[in-house]
Amino acid sequence: MHPIQKDSVNPPATLLSLQLQYFAIFREQAGKRSEVLLSSATTAAELYAELQQRYGFELTTSQTKAAINNEFCDWDRQLKSGDAVAFIPPVAGG
Amino acid sequence: MSLTPHDLSRYSRHLALGELGITGQEKLKAARVLVVGAGGLGSPALLYLAAAGVGTIGIVEFDRVDISNLQRQVLFDSAQIGQSKAHAAAHRLQALNPTLNIQIHEVELQASNVMTIIGDYDLVLDGTDQFAARYLINDACVLLRKSLVSAAIHRFEGQLFTYVPNLGPCYRCLFPASPAENSIPNCAQAGVLGVLPGVMGSLQATEAIKLIAGIGEPLIGRLMTYDALSMNFSEFKFSARSDCAVCGLNPSIIAPQDGSNRCDSKQADTISINQLHALLETDRRNTLLIDVREQYEFSAGHIEGAVNIPLSDLSHTSIAADEFSSVVFICRSGGRSAHACQWFKSHSQVKTLNAAGGMLAWQQAIDPSVLVV
Repeated sequence: MHPIQKDSVNPPATLLSLQLQYFAIFREQAGKRSEVLLSSATTAAELYAELQQRYGFELTTSQTKAAINNEFCDWDRQLKSGDAVAFIPPVAGG
Repeated sequence: MSLTPHDLSRYSRHLALGELGITGQEKLKAARVLVVGAGGLGSPALLYLAAAGVGTIGIVEFDRVDISNLQRQVLFDSAQIGQSKAHAAAHRLQALNPTLNIQIHEVELQASNVMTIIGDYDLVLDGTDQFAARYLINDACVLLRKSLVSAAIHRFEGQLFTYVPNLGPCYRCLFPASPAENSIPNCAQAGVLGVLPGVMGSLQATEAIKLIAGIGEPLIGRLMTYDALSMNFSEFKFSARSDCAVCGLNPSIIAPQDGSNRCDSKQADTISINQLHALLETDRRNTLLIDVREQYEFSAGHIEGAVNIPLSDLSHTSIAADEFSSVVFICRSGGRSAHACQWFKSHSQVKTLNAAGGMLAWQQAIDPSVLVV
């Protein structure tokens, strides 16, 4: 029997390099318009949760949206290295 | 609707555009457009729609011109401070283009009146400053099958999109749930670059004119964002959702609804300004008066003895409210303080009161020397 059984070994946690863009209230809470981030998140929702921890974003995922490569996506969307992810909250000023 | 000799002169630069021409100008003349909110967005939108010769223009607005509006609301001038915005706007548009039919609706849009008002028009421009109104207008437009050009602003940024029935997604497809009204600061709290709504409202008028004339590509299924600081326009695509609550396959919204977080002082227990004055005169020691305006507004002028806790700080400030027999929230005109009362109600047993009419009412009825910005 082979000493290493492939199925029992977890793949090393790969970090994705993501280009993040923040709009409106996210921009103020993050204190920046954009950044490049190395993240272990695999979905848009996981990434948002990570950023909530880091920057204190208060909106829930039903109240805001993420867009990947200029297209709005569902929160379970898988991330790929190099994705441009934009977080866009609704604004109401008139 | 055919053009008169006067029209041919007035709109000659439109007529010179092959894409628009006489047919397009006739469509503009026959069109009925409703602009909700005669504020920062509504100002340029209304001016350009009137200049362009949109035959019937409706204005929904119940506010009055305030000095702080004039930094961006270019429809109004200093002599109109205190006047009805709807009347002032109608006066200005009629002066600009006397043959137009200008209709004013000096009411707050609500579930009970939105269908009747919007039902009379072909196209709606949303320039309101409340999430509840944005959802109400979206839902009514979907239900009545009216096109909608929606813009919104925040500090240095704007958002814009166009909804056309059956051709693309609605506002709820993009943002299914409304944020709590006070979770995103409004113009008074966050500030806004005066020219920003000038850009966004002009874009709304552009979309409206294109839709009416049937030219170009409307901003359907695309959210456009504008960042004045980096001078950058971006575009994000989105699609209609089959599970959308209003335009989806099995809609749960079949009639317009008033939002639970409408900016409505009636939802909180109120105290009139004269009652508040009397309370402070007789029982100041046992009355906690909390002014929830921003610090710069408070610094300009406030009621003696009031403590300043901006609305956005309320959730992380501990208040020993049970040491007082009365807790009263006040703001500029009563909207933010109503939210403060609502929030307090869900986090504390202590009963609070909303000062109706806010500092503006105090200035009018009690102390004309207090500066309200």
